[in-house]
Amino acid sequence: MPVKDYLRLRFLPHIWCPGCGHGIVMSGMIRAIEEIGLEKNEVVVVSGIGCSSRMAGYLDFHTMHTLHGRALAFATGVKLGRPDLTVIVPMGDGDALAIGGNHFIHAARRDIDLTAVIMNNRIYGMTGGQGSPMTPQGMRSTTAPRGIADAAFDLVELAKGAGASFVARTTTFHATELTRMIEKAIRHKGFSVVEVMSQCPTYYGRQNRLGNGVEMMKGFRDNTTSIGSKKREARPDLIERGIFVDEDRPVYSPEGLKAD
Amino acid sequence: MDKEGKVVINREWCKGCGICVAFCPEEALILDPEEKAYWAHPEKCKRCGLCELRCPDIAIELVQK
Amino acid sequence: MTSERPNMRFIQGNEAIAEGALYAGLQFYAGYPITPSTEIAEILSRRLPEMGGTFIQMEDEIASLCTIIGASLTGLKVMTATSGPGFSLMQEAIGYAVMAEVPSVIVNVQRGGPSTGLPTAVAQGDVNQARWGTHGDHAIVTLTASNLQDVFLMTVAGFNMAEAFRTPVILLFDEVVAHMREKVVVPGPGEIEIFERLRTSVPEGTNYHPYLRREDGRLPMSDFGGVHRYNVTGLVHDMWGFPSTDSTIAYDLLHHLVDKLENRADSIARYKEYFTDDARVLLISYGSSARSALQMVVDRRKKGGKLGLLELQSLWPFPAETVREKCEGRTHILVVEMNMGQICHEVKKVVSRPERVFLANRFDGIFISPGDILRVLNMVQGKGV
Repeated sequence: MPVKDYLRLRFLPHIWCPGCGHGIVMSGMIRAIEEIGLEKNEVVVVSGIGCSSRMAGYLDFHTMHTLHGRALAFATGVKLGRPDLTVIVPMGDGDALAIGGNHFIHAARRDIDLTAVIMNNRIYGMTGGQGSPMTPQGMRSTTAPRGIADAAFDLVELAKGAGASFVARTTTFHATELTRMIEKAIRHKGFSVVEVMSQCPTYYGRQNRLGNGVEMMKGFRDNTTSIGSKKREARPDLIERGIFVDEDRPVYSPEGLKAD
Repeated sequence: MDKEGKVVINREWCKGCGICVAFCPEEALILDPEEKAYWAHPEKCKRCGLCELRCPDIAIELVQK
Repeated sequence: MTSERPNMRFIQGNEAIAEGALYAGLQFYAGYPITPSTEIAEILSRRLPEMGGTFIQMEDEIASLCTIIGASLTGLKVMTATSGPGFSLMQEAIGYAVMAEVPSVIVNVQRGGPSTGLPTAVAQGDVNQARWGTHGDHAIVTLTASNLQDVFLMTVAGFNMAEAFRTPVILLFDEVVAHMREKVVVPGPGEIEIFERLRTSVPEGTNYHPYLRREDGRLPMSDFGGVHRYNVTGLVHDMWGFPSTDSTIAYDLLHHLVDKLENRADSIARYKEYFTDDARVLLISYGSSARSALQMVVDRRKKGGKLGLLELQSLWPFPAETVREKCEGRTHILVVEMNMGQICHEVKKVVSRPERVFLANRFDGIFISPGDILRVLNMVQGKGV
């Protein structure tokens, strides 16, 4: 089925700005679902609030657009209510890691079978360009005009430390890899985190002179490398892409360990 | 790669970001005067489909045959 | 603890809430420990899985309510329970359940506030928070009770109303009721009517509108994972559940959310009357303070006093018609509550002679006694203290 057959066409074209990376993530997610062969009625998409969270409205699955930061909590209820359904949670970096940080680490700790796709554009886009927990130190936002003082999270390390059993990172430039990683994340039985470095040319790009969507994607191409690549010996600043954690564990149930 | 198939562009959805043009390995796409993606050089196109994968507007489809 | 009759039990208030919820068909509970409601979670962590349901302890009260809302959309009957600060944390998601019209039951065992307040002491200071805690115009159902049989019954009624009106229902109990022990007769199956979820009869392939009202005003649901795919949102939305900024849609939606409850205030109203027929002085109370009010009425009756009690079991929508009617012709109306006059204020608003309405209250963590109430009555009747 073509990608657009998974969309609620009357809401397109979408609201995302020209050059925004979120549409690439949405398209990759659809391709992953198509590849796995899931029926539309078998998929629930639960989102929070922010640019990325508008994705739920476009997708022709069971969809839920919830509260800022709380998507994983709502999704936990959906998954425990219907464990047979595939529950995917598209989130932004502010949504997932600032206001939703507590729910994020606890979903990871439980290792509940949800797929969190975190579009990391390092900024709050919907409200006009404020700094997020993923804005690197020194970079500008409308609330940090002299550069942000706070250090950013390393999302991969955070997810690993909190106990997620599948953790991956890719970018919108690496579109084939993106689809493959989301596919693996959905197939994985446990809490799966896919960090997708996505571009916000309108706010993050403009305030930090990183250029338009094309230039920002060139940045993802030039400043990332596969896990274990020799390139990092010469350039340790390169951000690693790939699957960092992929562990088979018993599937979580709140019933816990049952005596035989 | 076979040369079957067409790159179909949905001009209603295309926002003219130029991502498909910039990253086309064969320079088969351009932005037209209305700033919409245009498959200007089908003869150069290898039908790799990267433009479709990277289009943020879901506006490009590589249609087989 | 089971006595000779298997359906008669001597239990704690929090256990009566848990038992009422199970009788009403509770299938999913998420919660976070907080005094004085914690026993509800402890009891259900054992009882619910035994009955095939799901219990989960979440990372906070915010997540607890969000999680049960998610589970409700898969077709389950859901509940969470909390107290004071936890109820404050739930306010955002209460608004979501109101807006998205998700059946859900929220127990608040009240304790002293504001803030951490008096965690182990009784209070009834959350009455207005139950009504107006979440932002924006809306309506809400809030039920309460003064003895454990009624705690059980009101819990069942709360589940039924959540399903009937597609709304969150707040069960506003208090520390005294939750921690006291009393006899509860658990009705046999079928003795009390249980409302099951109204599901759509629209077949697969035909358009289903999750927010299109039937002629009777009800909105049949379709479970997530079923044949109908739709959107649920906290934004103003159209009949498909899709966000809209259309002013007509916003106007209609807000009216619907308020009218579906406020226009049915009479049918939602729950109350009890004691000695009201010839009463010259009417006490109005609810929750545990109604126990002291009733004791005081009984004591004064023995001495020839013409006192009566109207015990409210539904606080929101405020049973204005009932209160207005019952207050007519009384010389004094004494509202007995453990806060600074939250229901007294409502009573004054609806009666024809507000100057005859007086407040007998405590808000210092000490359970109000019949003597406390009598002192106020003597004072307002000019008999001195």
